[in-house]
Amino acid sequence: MASTSASLSSPAAAVAGRRRYREFFEREGIFSWLMVTPPLLFLAALVGYPFCYGIYLSLQERPVAQAGTFVGLDNFVTLAGDPVFWRVAANTMIYTVVATVLKAVGGLGLALVMNQVFPLKNLVRAALLLPFIVPTVLSTIAWMWILDPSFSVVNWTMINVFGADKPGPAWLGNPTLAMISVIIINTWRGLPFYAITLLAGLQTIPAELHEAATIDGASTWNRFRYITLPLLKPVIFIVTMFSVIFTFSDFQLIYVLTRGGPANATHLFATYAFDIAMLGGQFGLGAAVALAILPPLALILVALAIYMRRVG
Amino acid sequence: MVEGRGFLRPLLRLWLPLAFYVVFTLFPFYWMAVTSLKPNRELYNPRNMPLIVHHPTLKHYVDLLQETSFLQWTWNTMLVAVVSTVISLVFGVMLAYPLARMRFAGATLIAFTVAATYLVPQPLLFIPMADIINWLNLGDTLTSVMLTYPTLLVPFCAWLLMGYFKTVPRDLEDAARIDGATRIQTMVKVILPLCGPGLISAGIFAFTLAQNEFLYALIFLTDTSVRTVPVGAIAELIRGDVFYWGQLMAAALLGSVPVAVIYSFFVEHYVAGLTAGAVKG
Repeated sequence: MASTSASLSSPAAAVAGRRRYREFFEREGIFSWLMVTPPLLFLAALVGYPFCYGIYLSLQERPVAQAGTFVGLDNFVTLAGDPVFWRVAANTMIYTVVATVLKAVGGLGLALVMNQVFPLKNLVRAALLLPFIVPTVLSTIAWMWILDPSFSVVNWTMINVFGADKPGPAWLGNPTLAMISVIIINTWRGLPFYAITLLAGLQTIPAELHEAATIDGASTWNRFRYITLPLLKPVIFIVTMFSVIFTFSDFQLIYVLTRGGPANATHLFATYAFDIAMLGGQFGLGAAVALAILPPLALILVALAIYMRRVG
Repeated sequence: MVEGRGFLRPLLRLWLPLAFYVVFTLFPFYWMAVTSLKPNRELYNPRNMPLIVHHPTLKHYVDLLQETSFLQWTWNTMLVAVVSTVISLVFGVMLAYPLARMRFAGATLIAFTVAATYLVPQPLLFIPMADIINWLNLGDTLTSVMLTYPTLLVPFCAWLLMGYFKTVPRDLEDAARIDGATRIQTMVKVILPLCGPGLISAGIFAFTLAQNEFLYALIFLTDTSVRTVPVGAIAELIRGDVFYWGQLMAAALLGSVPVAVIYSFFVEHYVAGLTAGAVKG
């Protein structure tokens, strides 16, 4: 680029200057960085910074609305000796694994059912996605009433239709039943996501493959096992990854339904961290609980990746 | 025998399983509607057959609208959802367009960062975020959630839009550039109009997620006048051990209606957005 040092009063120089100015901003590198910088700064300020600040908090004794003091790894040592924390860790694992398996199997089943031709298919598909789009808190309120200790419609049906003993099970009052209940409700909410995504995956499998296999005498099961499942594997992997992350860090459902009870039987990492930080006012310890999400989550995701590579 | 098989097969392979899924999926919504229409004496009478309404009444809806700030909560929820959706779409485009179309130093790193921020679980951030909102003096303001919701939505929007931008033929861009359009003009006037479906998908998805958000709203919004529907329902319709079930169900149903209506208009776009990441990726 020829550089001329002309005064800006000269019109020709002004045009040249403007063109150089424009050329500068039209360069791919400059334009791109100008575009991505504002959103990146936003994410750095409100995701990156809180993330790092959370790590810093976890190393502090920080009562709410007071200055913190640095305590090193004390919070983590406290947690390691806290039986409730280990209960919470086990709960979260059970909740995530069982709910994810149920969602995957149930979702695949629904996708296979939906992959047939029938009238009003689009309407049915739209309706089946409702649990996934309706705000979780609101649908969980409905489930709370369905499982109400005195007026549960499930118990009414069991007693009056199937002749069960009165008063029927206390769905949210018994530790085991409460865990089963929250897992079923989480499955209810997440299953449509699996089903609709896997259905989209199923529709990308060429029909010729199934036709050829049928002509060669393959049974329905074998076609499913050796054609459908392997071709669906990448989709199943991605969906499961998302599902695991969101189930593992679930908060809303537990907070609304049981607040972690009875006797911590349904406490997950997120609700426990909330209790410690927001109700107990111990921000440092709460941040440490929240950070504890990361290693087991990474572990599950790695295990999932290895498993998916081996199967199929 | 052949006819019986022709009847039995679709029954077993299609209609029975489908009926099971539909009942399982939709029963809670039916239950919301039925409960919200029952008078209290019917609601709390265990001898009644509960599956139908014997004496329907709109009392719970009237009470909900008159005795609580439900309309205010609805307005807050909509306002917050719309603002955070718009912010997310703008930031999403600003990230996605260069990443999909340009070659520049650091592009791979940025793409990776965006994906990583999408996967950071929200519970990891809410405790530090509570401090930050306090420092900024934003507690009990809608600004607090309008600022924080996009952090959950931008990475997803960017990811989805990248896929759409990549499908636009490069020739169109080149033609616009040769005609003298600047890069920004090319993006706004040529590429964005062609990616309308992508913008709608990302927008609908962001909107439903923003309506669904609970954790930040619960922590940042403690005053009735700034609450969103989920927080308002949980905090004000459950007082200690007293559950206002009729009003709770009315609130749950009314709170779900806006999302459901908007969703029903754009089902195809929503499904496209939902499946884009998984099926193409």
